[in-house]
Amino acid sequence: MRPVTTVNVDRPRRGLGEWIYLGPIVKGLAVTLRHFLRNFFGQRDVATIQYPEEVRQYSERMRGRHILTTKEDGSLRCVACYMCETACPADCITIVAEEDPEATVEWEKLPVSFEIDLLRCVFCGFCVDACPKQALVMSRKHDFVFTTREEAIVGIDELKQKGPIEEQDLGYRPYY
Amino acid sequence: MTVSSPDTATPNPLARFIPGSQDLKVITASDGFTEITVDRSRLIGVLRALRDRPELDCNLLLDVCGVDYPMNEQRFEVVYHLTSLAKGHRVRVRVPIDEDDPRVPTAYGIWKAADWFERETWDLMGIRFDGHPNLRRILTHEAFQGHALRKDYDPEKRWVLTEAETFVPDWVTEADDEEDFETQIINIGPSHPATHGTLRIVARLDGEVITRAECEIGYLHRCFEKMSETHGWAEVIPYTDRLNYCSSMINGVGYALAVEHMLGIEAPPRAQVVRVILSEFSRIMDHAVCLGATLVDVGALTNFWYFFQPREEIYTLLESCAGGRLTVSYARIGGLAHEVPADFEDQVRYLLGYIPKFVDDVDKLVSTNRIFRGRTEGIGAISAEDALAWGWTGPCLRACGVPYDLRRARPYLGYENYDFDVPVASTGDSYARYLVRLEEMRQSLRIIEQAIDNLPGGPVITDNHHAALPPKSKVYSEMEALIWHFKLIYEGIKVPAGSAYLATEGANGELGYYLVSDGGGKPYRIKVRPPCFAIFQAYPHLLDGHLVPDAIAILSSLNIIAGELDR
Repeated sequence: MRPVTTVNVDRPRRGLGEWIYLGPIVKGLAVTLRHFLRNFFGQRDVATIQYPEEVRQYSERMRGRHILTTKEDGSLRCVACYMCETACPADCITIVAEEDPEATVEWEKLPVSFEIDLLRCVFCGFCVDACPKQALVMSRKHDFVFTTREEAIVGIDELKQKGPIEEQDLGYRPYY
Repeated sequence: MTVSSPDTATPNPLARFIPGSQDLKVITASDGFTEITVDRSRLIGVLRALRDRPELDCNLLLDVCGVDYPMNEQRFEVVYHLTSLAKGHRVRVRVPIDEDDPRVPTAYGIWKAADWFERETWDLMGIRFDGHPNLRRILTHEAFQGHALRKDYDPEKRWVLTEAETFVPDWVTEADDEEDFETQIINIGPSHPATHGTLRIVARLDGEVITRAECEIGYLHRCFEKMSETHGWAEVIPYTDRLNYCSSMINGVGYALAVEHMLGIEAPPRAQVVRVILSEFSRIMDHAVCLGATLVDVGALTNFWYFFQPREEIYTLLESCAGGRLTVSYARIGGLAHEVPADFEDQVRYLLGYIPKFVDDVDKLVSTNRIFRGRTEGIGAISAEDALAWGWTGPCLRACGVPYDLRRARPYLGYENYDFDVPVASTGDSYARYLVRLEEMRQSLRIIEQAIDNLPGGPVITDNHHAALPPKSKVYSEMEALIWHFKLIYEGIKVPAGSAYLATEGANGELGYYLVSDGGGKPYRIKVRPPCFAIFQAYPHLLDGHLVPDAIAILSSLNIIAGELDR
């Protein structure tokens, strides 16, 4: 094991310069002036953005609002296996399953209702990790507004993918 | 129920120094702790010997907690975790007690650190500590019924608190004749911009000077430990993000390391190095928030912006790895959730060049400024002995001159291979804490630089499917992987029965996880040792003789994070 090497960071007061404020004040002003001039004339190293006109580009892994993906015929890929519900640390997913009447094989399940309470959800992505059918993925949409608590509980209608999957502003999903 | 897998073959080297050890059970636990099981009548004698005998020299009380075993003859167990900074050994003292008389003598007279930890044990487990000076509830409201962490307390139970009564300390109403000045009581918080979190301070002022203070916490209490008991081992990771939310990566890594230790597995080398890199970045962020807030509180706002700019950039790196900015949930038991993005190395190198100039700017702007020094020097000073007695760890302890850093004292994640210095100061005041944190940011950058230069290839998560989910491509195509996937989600990770305490160096100090497993898929008991809980209990005592604005300067320099304080 390496010996613990320490570095002492004590800074005793030094000299007259510190005592009469002047040195440190000039040094401090130089720092702020440098920032000011660089942002005003030169390279614009400004951290703020003009939200909402300008939005920050998030990565492909951004965990936002959920999407229930569909098969080519427009039906849900979800087979109501309850994996996401079990894995959810916030207990915000509620699934009610029934037998699929149009199934081509016997005993195929599908969700009658699939509800996510977006106010309870912590957006950890564990449901996406748990899904064995890639039926649940996340988009990058993270700014939503509700006026009541009931409105925040979204069902299949709100969650179902609308349009082709490529156009869905996809965020966190498997294959990463 | 068995609670540990002891190494009984070799006699414990410390046993002979413990008084009456012939008839005590002293073993070496699997996590390296010397484990002493003692009856409560002999507890104080053993604890005193542990502190006072030079061969034992346990000067730091890390944690006190209670565990409930309804199936055992003696239902409750109080567990003390101790360590000796000089000798490096760690000791766990277990005290089994009966259900009908759940009381033990207090350890407050030996280590002041026991103060709040014992109150917490009383609050959540219902164990009384005889002789404790102020045994009130601490995390829950005074009107709370029952003790939430007992196994017979239903986690689904909800009830509405109707009493509006707020806590008023006894001394508020006491008449004090000696004070000739006007005495008044002021209340700071729980919702106050300077408390940086929901906590409340009641202070008695004599003129402008604080003569007595007391803190009330628990406003952010969500009984994270009870929640963990109803969910699988893996699902606790998002909860840990919410402990110290300024450096969520460190919490997740610490928890994953503790569970990995119990499982007897190790994350692949690449995952370990990535964990080091992201943990050190998180440490930089945490210190940036703390210093930024400290400086705002003493009137230097610009620095806050200088620090938040690199912080946003680090969040962007974390988000491109994990998908979340503040609560990352990136660690997994056995490694990391995903491979890092393709441009990870470039991003890290960019940050390595980007961050130092902001640290230097702040350094130039305020470190030698006489106003700042006047506001912080000698303010909230504490001696090394007092800091240790209160259970302080981390930058606040190092500011008192004790070079205790777990990354050096008990290296994990390969920290022994990195070259870095532990910054220490000697005065122990707010200014010293500022200087230590500033230097720690530079040292963290040094660690990251070495880590990124030696980033190994390979997987980022173990292929042991008892612990980690199989890759999705296999789940979709292979039966066996699908079965593992189902078993892991439905049954959870089967952690072998036993207990372990594993600590990592959090941004505030020693972040310990004491885990108890009964062999099932859910944790039997999780106890977190939050570093700022121990630090904050000394805060009212630091205030004596200070002014109210100084109280604010001290509070922010301690870096109290309510998410971790209240759990």
